[in-house]
Amino acid sequence: MSGHSTYQPQNAFMKWMERRLPIAGLIHSSFVAYPTPRNLNYWWTFGGILTFLLGMQIVTGIILVMHYTPHADMAFNSVEHIMRDVNYGWLLRYLHSNGASMFFVAVYIHMFRGMYYGSYKEPREVLWILGVILYLLMMATGFLGYTLPWGQMSFWGATVITNFFSAIPVVGESVVTWLWGGYSVGNPTLQRFFSLHYLLPFVIVGLVVLHVWALHVVGQNNPTGIEPKSAKDTVPFTPYATVKDAFFMMCFCVVFAWFVFYMPNYLGHADNYIPANPAVTPLHIVPEWYYLPFYAILRAIPNKLMGVVALGGSIVILAFLPWLDTSKVRSANYRPLFRQFFWIFVLVCLGLGWLGAKPAEGGYVIAARILTIYYFAHFIIILPLLGWIEKTKPLPNSISESILKEGLPAGGSGPAPTVSKH
Amino acid sequence: MACCVDGLDDTNEGRKPVTTTSAEPTRRDFLYIATASVGAVGVAAALVPLIAAMNPDASTIAAGAPIEVDLGPIAEGQVIKVFWRGKPIFVSHRTKKEIEEARSVNLASLPDPQPDDKRVKEGKPQWQVLIGICTHLGCIPIAHSGQYNGYFCPCHGSVYDTSGRIRSGPAPTNLPLPPYEFVSDSKIRIG
Ligand code: HEM
Ligand code: FES
Repeated sequence: MSGHSTYQPQNAFMKWMERRLPIAGLIHSSFVAYPTPRNLNYWWTFGGILTFLLGMQIVTGIILVMHYTPHADMAFNSVEHIMRDVNYGWLLRYLHSNGASMFFVAVYIHMFRGMYYGSYKEPREVLWILGVILYLLMMATGFLGYTLPWGQMSFWGATVITNFFSAIPVVGESVVTWLWGGYSVGNPTLQRFFSLHYLLPFVIVGLVVLHVWALHVVGQNNPTGIEPKSAKDTVPFTPYATVKDAFFMMCFCVVFAWFVFYMPNYLGHADNYIPANPAVTPLHIVPEWYYLPFYAILRAIPNKLMGVVALGGSIVILAFLPWLDTSKVRSANYRPLFRQFFWIFVLVCLGLGWLGAKPAEGGYVIAARILTIYYFAHFIIILPLLGWIEKTKPLPNSISESILKEGLPAGGSGPAPTVSKH
Repeated sequence: MACCVDGLDDTNEGRKPVTTTSAEPTRRDFLYIATASVGAVGVAAALVPLIAAMNPDASTIAAGAPIEVDLGPIAEGQVIKVFWRGKPIFVSHRTKKEIEEARSVNLASLPDPQPDDKRVKEGKPQWQVLIGICTHLGCIPIAHSGQYNGYFCPCHGSVYDTSGRIRSGPAPTNLPLPPYEFVSDSKIRIG
């Protein structure tokens, strides 16, 4: 798919280099000449936005570390020191904490995009699974980072989450002691979480490289879900995709900046400005907003082990999506039934998120149970069945044809849905 | 045979390794297995310190030494919280009514059946010592609250009775008892 490089080194040095380490040629063929489908919409710009945010988290994080002290007695004050004394420390910290939120906004849009357009289907299964692993690593990194300021939510969040492992039969308690490095969450826990919070983003970088590599082997999906068939269906990455990505990244940054400058604590929790107190559990523990749907699933189930299993399952099941969706047609644009179920699924996820922030009592628990059942049913019942019963719309012959037909009455003369051949 | 034990055929100009298909084990087979075994032992040996270093260190264990608690100042009906190994320990001076409530329960109706007298020291039903950590996911329950006027965990709504036994909610088991003993009538040692 990536075609062969048309890169011509311009000067003597680059010619010399190209024969020894053809990195310029690799970059050229991956990000300049690389053919991208000509019909990509703005939902395709979030991959670039994610890469940008990863870089930003690493840069702000490295400078925060220069002023942060990973010790239970000093961490909270060192974060206040960053906020009050360090030049632009407030900005770095707000960029980093809101950057994490934006990271999750972007990854959720990116994932729902993939679900809507069937980007996980053959031959993009490995690409999708790498994405699920990246998402898991992001969740781990965000969780570890949230413990670092060592406020009340940091401490109790860490306690509740590490206790998931105590649900493991027999060895659970020993595993949790090992994770903590003590008999409860304490200084050894904070120090190792800091170490891992520094490490994981670089593991993420490595996986992003694999993710992009896999992408460039199989090529990008596009809103029609059919593969490019001729040169007419694609445009070179630069300038077309580059400028589109950059433009929308700037729009995204406006929203990001709005949070950083006008409501920097809106997405956080006030209790985290109270220093960690092992003697008092806050009355209402909630995780960061991006974990809320999973938290709702955990609390919906009245059994400890099963609650943890359901929480894990709700994420792991994403990796099996390529095989659970039995439809041969990729894009929801040609799947009228799936399209409706897709939006119901989005609403269910949002609903679970809303419930995750509510106290676990009465009607909230009942609602969370219903939505949890639906969440799993979407993957295990609805998606496999739809592939059999759904009557899909005719697919266009090619990407360029679909663009030329835009604006014409829908359901015109097209061939019956076919599996695209590669 | 003598010329080719190393698997390379000397007449093979390109020096391509010749795959030996003979059933006879060669010297290379031996080297493969020997190297892999030594390597596997080495990896396993390296894992031991790496994993062990993440377990509680000597200072953490030392700080987890037993503590003594004077029961004198604890009024009837009062629950105090002390810390042992970083864990909150509830010391409850139960009233007659609380003891009665704990003892009159139909055990078969409990999720984790345990009689109250197994959860206190003999002859000291008024003193109850519990690890104050919810067995669900580790929050600290609030004393004198919940439906049974025992403990209530605000995190996900587990309800414990005056004996610290789980009655409803997601927690799977009763509040555990720390190891402790009476050193005198008004003093206990926890740990
Ligand atoms: C995947 C990328 C990353 C994510 C999602 C992330 C997420 C977070 C979050 C949510 C916090 C808590 C912010 C708060 O409430 O104050 C945090 C704190 C922190 N992070 Fe990161 N982080 C990332 C990368 C990094 C890197 C690469 C470093 C260091 C090299 C780093 C260093 C820190 C430090 C020192 C803190 C504590 C200071 C503070 O609370 O602001 N982070 N991180
Ligand atoms: S931690 Fe107590 S109910 Fe979940």
